[in-house]
Amino acid sequence: MENLAGIRDSYGAAIVELAEENERIVTLASDSKFSSKLDVFEKKFPDRFFEVGICEQNMVGMAAGLSLTGKIPFVSAIACFMSMRAFEIVRTTVGYPKLNVKIVGMSAGFAYPQLGATHTCLEDVSIMRAASNITVISPADNMETYLATKAMAAYEGPVYMRLGRHPVPDIYDDSYEFVIGKATLLRAGTDVTIIAAGPAVTFALEAHDLLKKEGIGARVINLSTIKPLDEELIAAAAAETQRILTVEVHNIAGGMGSAVAEFLVQNNPVKMKMLGIPNETPPAGPREMLLERYGLNASGIAKATRRLLESK
Amino acid sequence: MSESRDKLIKKLKAQAYQIQQDIVKLAVDIGEGHCASALSIADILTALYFHRMNVDPKNPNMENRDRFVLSKGHACQALYAALYRAGFFDREKLYTFLGPNTGLPGHPLRGGAPGVEVSTGSLGHGISVCVGMALGAKMDKKKYNVFAIVGDGESNEGIVWEAALAAAHYKLGNLIVILDRNRHQCDGPSENVMNLDPVKEKWESFGWEVKTCDGHNMAELLEVLDQAPFCCDKPSLVLAETVKGHGVDFMSDNAIAWHYRAPSKEELEKALDSLAAAYDCQ
Repeated sequence: MENLAGIRDSYGAAIVELAEENERIVTLASDSKFSSKLDVFEKKFPDRFFEVGICEQNMVGMAAGLSLTGKIPFVSAIACFMSMRAFEIVRTTVGYPKLNVKIVGMSAGFAYPQLGATHTCLEDVSIMRAASNITVISPADNMETYLATKAMAAYEGPVYMRLGRHPVPDIYDDSYEFVIGKATLLRAGTDVTIIAAGPAVTFALEAHDLLKKEGIGARVINLSTIKPLDEELIAAAAAETQRILTVEVHNIAGGMGSAVAEFLVQNNPVKMKMLGIPNETPPAGPREMLLERYGLNASGIAKATRRLLESK
Repeated sequence: MSESRDKLIKKLKAQAYQIQQDIVKLAVDIGEGHCASALSIADILTALYFHRMNVDPKNPNMENRDRFVLSKGHACQALYAALYRAGFFDREKLYTFLGPNTGLPGHPLRGGAPGVEVSTGSLGHGISVCVGMALGAKMDKKKYNVFAIVGDGESNEGIVWEAALAAAHYKLGNLIVILDRNRHQCDGPSENVMNLDPVKEKWESFGWEVKTCDGHNMAELLEVLDQAPFCCDKPSLVLAETVKGHGVDFMSDNAIAWHYRAPSKEELEKALDSLAAAYDCQ
């Protein structure tokens, strides 16, 4: 594997390798090939890359059609347009008939924070999770992105993968085996559990270290597959720590935290705190400002964890 | 016209007449259905399934079969009746239309019955899927064509025009779309709801090769469909002028009322009489 230089580059590298191994792999872009890091793919496989123009709905429809001819199409665009403009086609024409189409939402979360709310995607997990038969993945670092892309291709059925834009320190190395549906326990702990997804995993790990200095042992779980949930790991965490905090760069409504809450409230209700973006339009500004504002950075997570532990 | 051509046309008209009757009887039996929308495409479907398309009802997944997608999925009574008459499934299956756990629901369901290629119903999705299918076929140098029927009300949807752009961009000479130009939709005549004219020029300006015909004149339908695809590096559009509720006079006279409505048992007689007259007079 080469050029795991960033989250999106990791996708770009994986998709090229996939195409080298399997001639059924094709990619589609909606004037989004550079932001999707598909330029190398296009150069190597010009007959298998399809530019569709700024037509996200038709891109997904075309991918559905290509899958019916035996191809394995990967479509990608900036997450807000990928997940929302095209959602009905995803849900109805890919999801319901379980067609083998892979959908990648690039630059989700606060990827373009200075550009304002139009280019900020905080709803994609909630939307995609609600659609039947769509697996939802949110990898935490470069290696996990690379491996998740490969796992998506091997999986028979529709998948949505949410990717960020900002650099992320390495969490996994090449000994990691990514399995769709399996969360990973990154830090053991018995006082409280922090469940995170995507870039929030890095912040959760930093918060773990801050809390450790105060004598608080936080279990940290990377919930890289949000649907289906790794119920076993979540149930064990709830039973053994009795306090769950979830953190994601996503709206609170319907996101990863909601998925965890849906499961726990019906199976093992414990006190929970869900960190994410509340019901408001985020202002434009630097990413650090937004993460601070919503308490999603390490200090914010640590503060919320302390509060959760103090509450009855 | 040659004698054999004349015989063919007569045979196909008789076949279309059977399908028209099936559409009406099916709706009366279950009490519901998009009758008028289905009645405007029976002649087209007959020309496709009994003449133009390379399909084998005994081998519905034959690799090089022509593909058909009913993009205006709500008219599926017509598709189901055509598939039944062509031998894809039996009468017992046909009459599971709209029933519990049926493979023949109110919009086509992929895998629900032999011959139903793609689930449709949400307007515009079907033609978009067809662009992908035609593209995949072209990539692999397959010999089959991809056919679709699109409605004119359906053509309000933006995705139809996104698909039209892409089909021309990718020079999909293996894609043939038939526009069911019945000039009516739910809220009224199309020209009042959202004017689509000049529709022929619109498709031509999008890079399609367009030919027009009377969608209820079998001779004209055959003449045009026999020429399709019209161009090797442009997608083809057959602009079929049709009548919503064709053949059943009380439906075609009041198309808005009959968008989603089945005749009563009492109205069935009148409908069948009207169809008999319509198909004899042609």
